[in-house]
Amino acid sequence: MRQEEVIFTVDGVIVKAKTGQTILSACDSAGVYIPRLCHHPDLKPAGHCRLCVCNIDGRRASACTMPAASGMVVISDNDELNDDRRAVLEMLFVEGNHFCPTCERSGDCELQALAYRLGITSPSLPYQWQRRELDATHPDVFIDRNTCVLCSRCIRASRDVDGKSVFGFHGRGIGMQLNVDSNAGLSETTLSAIDKAAEVCPVGCIVIKRTGYRTPVGKRPFDETPIGADIEARRTGATD
Amino acid sequence: MADDRNDEPYASDVDKAVRMFGADRTRLMDIVQEAHRRLGCLDEAAILSIAECLGVHAVEIKDMVSFYAFLNREPKGRFHIRFSGTPVALMKGAAEVVKAFAEVTGAEVGNTSADGEFTLDWAADLGMADQEPSALINGGVVTELTPADAGPIIDALRRNRDKGNSLPLFPGADADGAELPQARVATNLVRSGPILFRGGECAAALATVLRLSPEEVIKEVTRSKLRGRGGAGFPTGLKWRLCRQSVAEKHYVVCNADEGEPGTFKDRVLLTLAPHLVFDGMTIAAHALGATQGVIYLRGEYAYLHDPLSQALKELRDVGRLGENICGVRGFNFDIRIQLGAGAYICGEESALIESLEGKRGSPRDRPPFPTDRGYLGQPTAVDNVETFACVARIMEHGAAFFASFGTTESTGVKLLSVSGDCPRPGVYELPFGVTVNELLDMVGAPEAKFVQVGGPSGQCIGPKDYGRRIAYEDLSTGGSIMVFGQNRDVVETALQFTRFFVEGSCGWCTPCRVGTTILKQTLEKILHGRGTLSDIAFMEGFAGTVMRSSRCGLGQTAPNPILSTMRNFPEAYEALLKSDEFLPRFSLSETLRAAVEVQGRESLAAEE
Repeated sequence: MRQEEVIFTVDGVIVKAKTGQTILSACDSAGVYIPRLCHHPDLKPAGHCRLCVCNIDGRRASACTMPAASGMVVISDNDELNDDRRAVLEMLFVEGNHFCPTCERSGDCELQALAYRLGITSPSLPYQWQRRELDATHPDVFIDRNTCVLCSRCIRASRDVDGKSVFGFHGRGIGMQLNVDSNAGLSETTLSAIDKAAEVCPVGCIVIKRTGYRTPVGKRPFDETPIGADIEARRTGATD
Repeated sequence: MADDRNDEPYASDVDKAVRMFGADRTRLMDIVQEAHRRLGCLDEAAILSIAECLGVHAVEIKDMVSFYAFLNREPKGRFHIRFSGTPVALMKGAAEVVKAFAEVTGAEVGNTSADGEFTLDWAADLGMADQEPSALINGGVVTELTPADAGPIIDALRRNRDKGNSLPLFPGADADGAELPQARVATNLVRSGPILFRGGECAAALATVLRLSPEEVIKEVTRSKLRGRGGAGFPTGLKWRLCRQSVAEKHYVVCNADEGEPGTFKDRVLLTLAPHLVFDGMTIAAHALGATQGVIYLRGEYAYLHDPLSQALKELRDVGRLGENICGVRGFNFDIRIQLGAGAYICGEESALIESLEGKRGSPRDRPPFPTDRGYLGQPTAVDNVETFACVARIMEHGAAFFASFGTTESTGVKLLSVSGDCPRPGVYELPFGVTVNELLDMVGAPEAKFVQVGGPSGQCIGPKDYGRRIAYEDLSTGGSIMVFGQNRDVVETALQFTRFFVEGSCGWCTPCRVGTTILKQTLEKILHGRGTLSDIAFMEGFAGTVMRSSRCGLGQTAPNPILSTMRNFPEAYEALLKSDEFLPRFSLSETLRAAVEVQGRESLAAEE
């Protein structure tokens, strides 16, 4: 084994990783899909959503933040973990106000796609009916906080990739919301529709105007193949 | 109010606050608190001004400011009164006290009086569980309040005029200046023990200890088997060894004085009676780790201790126990600064504390890296509890063997226990680990307690069948909080109050804690409103498991404990509340439709239940 390479197992599959690489990223390369929502391959991991939480050497930890180490035994796909993932997904569905049938992102929404993949047809938890603000001030970008899952992708992208810090959190706990860098709304910030922050939203919260329904519902990415299928397609058997 | 404001341009106050801390973004906690003190609140103009002076985006300042309960975003009354709303405060009559204050001031809770003088609010635990009901008035503390105190206190506050600043302050000079009834925090050290409060308020042997090698110090601490006194119980010697092994430019020593677990106040007593002992412990840690800088993170509720602690630090500098060439050891330089918190329970979690120290919202970090590798400002940092540092000072003074001769094999030494609730002798008890709950209840005069909450809301709620168990890491673990509940207390209602505390305390970073705590609270409310069935109990057991297993930090991982431990130990209390139906919705259809029925003047067909 070379110095810079570590080897661990996920659900019995042998996975190779570079030193410092996270479990989730190594698994992605190896074609093993671990469900995730807040993680984005171009952004620093943040550990918000908790969908990628696995059993790592007997302890729960998020795969998106945990660096791989040689000999680690990771369990991702078992009933208890998937039950917890379904419960956490449900929490996100009832925390916000998600109306899939009318949402522009339907079929291209990671939250919805995860629910389908994990077998949720409707939430059983109580809806919270929180009041969330819209922001239509920007000429090219629309914000609908009803669907925000507080994943911080836009915050991280704007701060770390675009160098703009257009987004931030506001408040704490159940009242926490997405905030923008101006009281007058998104139009008074430096956000541009070509920014990374405008393209990373996993749900229908940050939407580019005048692009809606270009792809008809039914022909969108997750209408064709389940979320994670692209990653699983990388698994050729060579890693076993 | 606005006309009372002094004439200096608004921005100049902010500018002064920013310059006071070298326009250092990582000192944002100090900067915003200083601006808050000068301006009375952090409104939009203040935020924009701070952002401009620091050269950062306003959204980042708001991200941080909106996190802390004590940082007001809009003007409040000249006196902001925050009442402790913990179960212990409520059992001691906090609701009646608040009612009396509301009547005298004309302000409702959550609002400001018409004359702009008084704002009333509920707060989380103030660290005064032994002398509830208590309240913070701006930064000052009043305790053992009765409804009759409202009149005299409000009169005294009305008379008080701080000419320098007529706006509410944090921490508040205004309230300090007033001669208030009840404005005295009782120390309440009921029982001193053989180690911490044995007399001698500093480590006599400091000069000798500093002449030992760092490795020898760490070895001695390891030999004592000292474990962290904040509650988690991590071996201190191991933490220090890991921290020392991390190669870096600098190492930091951080004292966690953010004891926010409801019912804990033992650090308040230590910092009042023996601050030198705590600071000497930090100095010993600095020697062991090779640190030159230390910080004590003092919870915002203890702002009244800020000045005495500053004085204690000055005294230590004056006698050469802090500063340069400490105790004559050439080249050993170390000093400590105080960082005041601003009302966030989660900042007691070490990585959230570090985030807060760096001027950010207090959300915990992902580990690894652990603080011992990358902590404060990215450097190896040892974060230890106030009591842990005091223990270190005593261990180095009297030897590991002496220390370990008390307590149990796995839990050596003594523990400071903060006892409150339905007992005649509340206060701090220094007792060897291994003491049983029964022995403790006898000491505090409450052998007939109905139930005892050990370790605060995140700990366990136990009944008489468990009173033979021992207070120790290996049995009933506690950071110090022991709340005693008498025969007429309601165990489910108490569980609900503790669950509400976690809802308020959740930082919001991760889904299971942010949303899960609220849903647990709502389910418990459903049961208490007489709409619960066995299906709700089954749901809570399963759902609580998800919250515990999936949450990112200790807060979410322990937030279901009040519900789970009361369900386990007091099933009959829940059974008494349950309906025999297989399932009931959260709301009653007929009650929900009542308004519509009244408008229509006829019964709804749907409303038969």
